[in-house]
Amino acid sequence: MRQDFSPPAPGRMPHHSFRRFFLPLFAIMVLMLVALAPQQASAFSDEQLRQNAEQLNAKSSTKKLDVIEKMAADGDPRVAAILEAMLDGDLYASKADDKVVIGKKQGKVWQHIDVVSGAVTGESGSADLDKIRINNRLRGALRDALATLNLFSPDLAIRRAAVETVMDTRDPAMAPLLQRAIERESNPDLLARMELAKATMALAAGETSQERLDAIDILASQTTPQIRAVLLQFVNAAEAENYDPKVVAAAKDAVASVESRLKMWQTGGDVYRGISLGSVLLLAAVGLAITFGVMGVINMAHGEMIMIGAYTTYAVQQAFLVFWPAGIGWSLAVAVPVAFLVSGGVGVVVERLIIRFLYGRPLETLLATWGLSLFLQQAIRSIFGASNRQVVAPDFMSGAIEFSTGLVLTYNRLWIILFSLIVVGGIAAVLRYTAFGLQMRAVTQNRRMAGSVGIRTGYVDALTFGLGSGIAGIAGVALSQIDNVSPNLGQGYIIDSFMVVVFGGVGNLWGTVLGAFSLGIVNKFLEPVAGAVLAKIFVLVALILFIQKRPKGLFALKGRAVEA
Amino acid sequence: MNKTLQTIVGAGALAWSAMAMTPAQAADDTIKIGVLHSLSGTMAISETTLKDTVLMLVDDINKKGGLLGKKVEAVVVDPASDWPLFAEKARELLEKDKVAAVFGCWTSVSRKSVLPVFEEDNGLLFYPVQFEGEESSRNVFYTGAAPNQQAIPAVDYLMSEDGGSAKRFALLGTDYVYPRTTNKVLRAYLHSKGVADEDIMENYTPFGHSDWQSIVADVKTFASAGKKTAVVSTINGDANVPFYKELANQGIKAEDIPVVAFSVGEEELAGLDTTPLVGHLAAWNYFESVDTEANAAFIKKWHAYIGDDKRVTNDPMEATYIGFTMWAHAVEQAGTTDVDAVRQAMYGQKVPNLTGGVAVMNTNHYLSKPVLIGEVQDDGQFDTVWKTDGVVVGDSWSDYIPESAKLTADWTYPWVCGNCEKPKY
Amino acid sequence: MTDYRQKYKMTPVLGWLLQDRGGMILLGILLAGSILIPIGNLMFPEGSAFHVPTWVLGLLGKYLCYALLALSVDLIWGFCGILSLGHGAFFALGGYAMGMYLMRQIGDRGVYGDPVLPDFMVFLNWKELPWYWYGFDHFSFAILMAMLVPGVLAFVFGFLAFRSRVTGVYLSIITQAMTYALLLAFFRNDMGFGGNNGLTDFKDILGFDLQSDQTRCVLVVASALMLAICYLVSRGITQSRLGKVLIAIRDAESRVRFTGYRVEYYKLFVFTVSAVMAGIAGALYVPQIGIINPGEFAPAASIEVVIWVAVGGRGTLYGAVLGAFIVNYAKTFFTGVMPDFWLFFLGGLFIAVTLFLPKGVIGAIPAFGAANGGPGAPGNWRDRLASWRANQGGKA
Repeated sequence: MRQDFSPPAPGRMPHHSFRRFFLPLFAIMVLMLVALAPQQASAFSDEQLRQNAEQLNAKSSTKKLDVIEKMAADGDPRVAAILEAMLDGDLYASKADDKVVIGKKQGKVWQHIDVVSGAVTGESGSADLDKIRINNRLRGALRDALATLNLFSPDLAIRRAAVETVMDTRDPAMAPLLQRAIERESNPDLLARMELAKATMALAAGETSQERLDAIDILASQTTPQIRAVLLQFVNAAEAENYDPKVVAAAKDAVASVESRLKMWQTGGDVYRGISLGSVLLLAAVGLAITFGVMGVINMAHGEMIMIGAYTTYAVQQAFLVFWPAGIGWSLAVAVPVAFLVSGGVGVVVERLIIRFLYGRPLETLLATWGLSLFLQQAIRSIFGASNRQVVAPDFMSGAIEFSTGLVLTYNRLWIILFSLIVVGGIAAVLRYTAFGLQMRAVTQNRRMAGSVGIRTGYVDALTFGLGSGIAGIAGVALSQIDNVSPNLGQGYIIDSFMVVVFGGVGNLWGTVLGAFSLGIVNKFLEPVAGAVLAKIFVLVALILFIQKRPKGLFALKGRAVEA
Repeated sequence: MNKTLQTIVGAGALAWSAMAMTPAQAADDTIKIGVLHSLSGTMAISETTLKDTVLMLVDDINKKGGLLGKKVEAVVVDPASDWPLFAEKARELLEKDKVAAVFGCWTSVSRKSVLPVFEEDNGLLFYPVQFEGEESSRNVFYTGAAPNQQAIPAVDYLMSEDGGSAKRFALLGTDYVYPRTTNKVLRAYLHSKGVADEDIMENYTPFGHSDWQSIVADVKTFASAGKKTAVVSTINGDANVPFYKELANQGIKAEDIPVVAFSVGEEELAGLDTTPLVGHLAAWNYFESVDTEANAAFIKKWHAYIGDDKRVTNDPMEATYIGFTMWAHAVEQAGTTDVDAVRQAMYGQKVPNLTGGVAVMNTNHYLSKPVLIGEVQDDGQFDTVWKTDGVVVGDSWSDYIPESAKLTADWTYPWVCGNCEKPKY
Repeated sequence: MTDYRQKYKMTPVLGWLLQDRGGMILLGILLAGSILIPIGNLMFPEGSAFHVPTWVLGLLGKYLCYALLALSVDLIWGFCGILSLGHGAFFALGGYAMGMYLMRQIGDRGVYGDPVLPDFMVFLNWKELPWYWYGFDHFSFAILMAMLVPGVLAFVFGFLAFRSRVTGVYLSIITQAMTYALLLAFFRNDMGFGGNNGLTDFKDILGFDLQSDQTRCVLVVASALMLAICYLVSRGITQSRLGKVLIAIRDAESRVRFTGYRVEYYKLFVFTVSAVMAGIAGALYVPQIGIINPGEFAPAASIEVVIWVAVGGRGTLYGAVLGAFIVNYAKTFFTGVMPDFWLFFLGGLFIAVTLFLPKGVIGAIPAFGAANGGPGAPGNWRDRLASWRANQGGKA
């Protein structure tokens, strides 16, 4: 799912033991292999391969590391499969005979796949298999080993990933191998990345001022945090060791230019994060914009409607697991209408049982809905338990678009931004273009008049409150993707929601939209400067002061209704 | 007027009798213990499980014939994550219900809130959660981990070759006393290991922080400086799920930037899809995955009691188990539930850990326990990757905070003091 | 109802006092309690039927402080229509002022033994006392600050808000924003107020041990008397000419303004007085509870105060006191008796009161219902007019 435009995380330590001792040797061996035998002939016999694989089940991680090195150096194409399985945690030792196998889960049983032949040799339950344990050090080593093996893979994507890992590692010992790969590479894009990787190595390894200047020249045009780190390290080294002043100056210039471009991207990132926070606020608040903004109910149970939506998402997912496990990817899509109906249904019931007796006494709705919110929280706690529930993210919402500049656009937030806009658009359309919307506006503007032209005001009230609650339920579906699904979920959003609605102007949908996004963006711009806590305090104080300037919010309703 | 007055006086009298008379005369054949865990409000997520654990242990001990030939009765109250209410409920348990011991509290502030009450009424509190230390009360037994039983071994591991030889540390925490103290201890410790200030980043967020985009992005930038970077997280409860979701989505892999957490256990992971988080770490004294007979029996008992095979066990549950078992043994030994006698009997009390080895109650009221470091697995469990050789003695006053390094806690002769520089006698 | 003023030709003050039946009962109970409770606690031994256990003493002290807070909310909400969802902020600020005094009183008895710095500063490595802690070693200064800080904050906040004519829900929400911002600020350890743990581990007040029953009794009695005094002050304000303007503002703000009154000044005055009362409540609360932490700033806590008032009966003052006692007693009772389900009862209570007792519990007692003639009391002609108008126009 991930689209890697750059290595997922920069900044590995250059002097990892694995690389220091092993990489040069390994690089030379692979180089020889590549040079001598383009087909990558296997040096291991089947028996040797099996023996080595068995040794992967060693106790100490140092021993495992040795074996990984030995196997990777061999260049056998089957090694990659074994190491990949190990990296993914799919390599097991069978308890019965201590044989190392690749385990593949098939329903409730694990198939044993032979490490040499790749054939299925048997199957068992999980209890009969011992996972071959790895830690972060081994994970790093495995990934690096795979990267070098994969530098010559026929698959472009695998090669691309390998180049990124090499770039990440920046080990000078890799340079000859990389050079070799550059000569064989035909894809111009990848070739450019390879040249860049070469330059990062050349900078550290370069002997003459000219070599260094050339490398700096290539690097200065890049805009990635890794390159900045490379250049910064070089500047430090250069100053410490009194390099040619021309080189130092050029390096400093390069850092400055990379830095300034990165700044712009960072600002872009802040805007994106602000919009993303804004979309979350918007989703949380938009239901309230109807129940509170349009109907005048100070709905303290709004947060609980969101929570009910989130729990509905959980329930739908559980239902999928029972009835249609294969279609689990659809559960979120199904949860949206279901959550709307469930929360909306609760809303209609609440309106009929409680709210309808309180029209004209808005402040008392606060009391009743507060009681209701306590009631609903406890109800959910009694039914589902107090602990968090797990809502699995579907594939299309996992991962991120990563730019090499360090900007990361996570899919779940992109979807939520899109989703919030669709929801608001939908509501606006319902209010504007449907008969129900017309009646709703009529009733809230002048109940008696609406009643006297034949609108069933009670019916419209119930549906309006249901609509607001249902939308809160939809928000719950989205929030289940980024927050806890717990009985307290709603409490975390209720205050922010009221702020947004009031800031935008009660009774104005577009005010809510603008309010949510501006609060989100301001918050995210302050956060890097002031920290998360102070940023929030500043936003609150700004809101208080803003209300002094515009006592009815961004978009004030005009006319007699305001004073009523 | 008279009628009203009568009504009011009557109502007042009724309320009075309800208030003053409710202590059902404690039957002589039961020993009462108090359970002071929040069952509603923000902390209910974590604490409800501990209430159930205590009830399970009570159930268990009663099946075996009770204590001193009497049945044990648990008095459960709900302090509702409201700190003054904790103090009120503690007083009620001690003075109205006359409980022999109280098992409870999670947050430091709730413990601080009830502390004066326990000291005034000479009660006994068993506190089962990892915390910042810097306290030793005569009336509290701390069965959770102190910073030296959790944070320092974890950082040691990160700096070791197996842990990835980290050279740069981002300390992320919720803004309250536990993360602040832990990070302060860690900073001093890292200095002593030659890590410079520029390689340490500290960041604090409010409780329940749910938008981690900027901070995770900051960590990525911090980590791009070319040194192996690790994150030490003291982020509290609720905020963890959104934090890990953001980590996963921004593609921070454990082998690049490992995150070691002190407040994330099996219970917290249960609310998460852990597949993208494999390899991130946690340091505890207990993991459900540890393969021992005692642990298997405990898990089985828990599943049977709670009636749900999917419910996980976690470290504070083990701490509750150890505390309760020690208390029961001490009562048996002392032959009474009298607080002073039980306290004396507590010292040196040994209970086998669920993870192997033996936990010992020290005279500073802290436990000696083993420290485990586990990696998150894709099934929401931890896989132990490192373990101390023996047990680590809980340190009530950290050696890495100058004012605190001077102090000693020892409640036996000749010290008899929780925070003294020299013995009292 | 007999008009005592006519009958006995008394001074106006005594007149309205005698006319205020609920107030008389309240004051009577408070005075009787002030005498009986210490006797019950100190004179009668444990086990006696008249003994007042210490834990009950603690509860009563807490309820009394909450009642005073509720009273301060009723003064502005019930009589001036200002619904503050942030009154907990003033309460907490008063509490912090007292807490700072109590912290300084600890002296070198803290765990680290520093003669000046409170424990939390020692372990955060603070070298000297921040300037805003100066003076708090004096009781009188702390008491002054407990009133002044909430008062000034309310004055500034009110000045801005009322001058800009921020009303209704908008005002409620920005008061909520205010207390929320303060909550976050006080959570910060860098603020120098102990962060989330707040101020705790108090030893004594004015040299008296806080854990002794005598001190506790004095504090409970002080709370009761302060509640009585504040009740009288509030009643005095609402009965005065100024009070009549306030009620007029509550019922029709624009009309009062058009009549030539400077509405904002009236509001500002009563808002500030109310905040000072809340501060006093906080200052009395902290030594009895033994801890003050930012949790008191939580918006939910402030909302609860409003609910106490509504449950008791808004616009009656004594109703607020009754409400605070009922709700908090219910909380104490249910969290002990049915810890797993008490929220159902509390939530249910709030809903039921709103639906079935729109004028609160007080309104349901016939003697205090519609017949009571005091302005601002529920059921008078203004309320009837207001609800009639509300029905005409749809929403109010």
